[in-house]
Amino acid sequence: MTTTPARPDQEERLQAAFDATIARHDRIEPRDWMPDPYRRTLVRQIAQHAHSEIIGMQPEGNWIGRAPSLRRKAILLAKVQDEAGHGLYLYAACETLGVSRAELTELLLTGRQKYSSIFNYPTLSYADVGTIGWLVDGAAICNQVPLCRTSYGPYGRAMIRICKEESFHQRQGYELLMTMMRGTSEQRAMVQESVDRFWWPALMMFGPPDTQSPNSERSMAWGIKRNSNDELRQKFVDMTVPQAEALGVTLPDPGLRWNEERGHHDFGEPDWAELAAVIRGDGPCNAQRLAHRRAAHEDGAWVREAATAFAERSAQDRTEAAAPTTTGEGGR
Amino acid sequence: MSADRREWPLYEVFVRGKRGLNHVHVGSLHAPDDTMAVRHARDVYTRRNEGVSIWVVRADAITASSPDEKDPLFAPSGDKVYRHPTFYEIPGDVPHI
Repeated sequence: MTTTPARPDQEERLQAAFDATIARHDRIEPRDWMPDPYRRTLVRQIAQHAHSEIIGMQPEGNWIGRAPSLRRKAILLAKVQDEAGHGLYLYAACETLGVSRAELTELLLTGRQKYSSIFNYPTLSYADVGTIGWLVDGAAICNQVPLCRTSYGPYGRAMIRICKEESFHQRQGYELLMTMMRGTSEQRAMVQESVDRFWWPALMMFGPPDTQSPNSERSMAWGIKRNSNDELRQKFVDMTVPQAEALGVTLPDPGLRWNEERGHHDFGEPDWAELAAVIRGDGPCNAQRLAHRRAAHEDGAWVREAATAFAERSAQDRTEAAAPTTTGEGGR
Repeated sequence: MSADRREWPLYEVFVRGKRGLNHVHVGSLHAPDDTMAVRHARDVYTRRNEGVSIWVVRADAITASSPDEKDPLFAPSGDKVYRHPTFYEIPGDVPHI
């Protein structure tokens, strides 16, 4: 799936064809020529996205064994399995850009590629399962729906599959919280406490403000991103406020209010120093998440080796069975 | 972390959504052999009744047209407009045609 390097005289023609495809909002496909920075940006973004899905299995996986009913356990299992599936769709999309699965795994395990900072926060109470579905998956949906129209074909197709499934994730979370809000005052307090912890990190999921996001403009020019970080953050706040009211929880932002003039909610500034610290590796669970992922990868090594050995052995058996033999049980 | 660094081959996955439809390409995955590729495809691509039949094909077994050949390969059909029904003018009052 690699393209041969273009000669300088060809390069101009190829660049023009690429620019024309982007300009008419058409898709770039794996074997098309593309500029190196476009390819590198995509590899970084898709890989980071894939890693986020895989690491994202941990915070909720934490509660599978302690889900309060068989119904809730089955839902949570299905959701965590979906996250694994989403990771696999995205790894497959990323590999079409000429990077191998082994490399991507290595980059995650050695911490050289990042995953979404939201997964470095702990899930301290069962209400967090609901809050993650509602706020974290809700923010993810805001980010991901426009990516269904991203300029790189395989990425867009993976996002379409993912978005269809994310809707279940958000709804199960909101329903879980509604159920708890109908429960005891202790349960309602658990929901509020959980929302208080996740609100600001959820807003940070959209990335730094546009003024501090130097690569955004280029990604938008290439059609990789379709909306700016601040636009999507605003959209998420506007969507979430009525949902919080219906649920009966307070969003922990004293500056949050409807602005008639703008037709949007005003809201406070997330703590960008905190986001920078979590990205740097100093979040509450960074070390734990990576250690767990490494251990899972190493613990699974024997399964991968056994499957490889079995496949080799079966291939060998088939070759021997196909070839006429003069030894063993008297030929034929 | 040694033997498993050999990558499993890449398979392309095709799913028939329901009887009467073609198998359609849905994505790809790695698997050690054909049998495991079908199992993985079931888990990765049909968790919600998306299909009634799965094909898996080793990606290296696929021969594709080259993107560079696009013009020579597909251009000849571009000027054969007479292959389309709309090429022919039929009076509006002729029924069922």
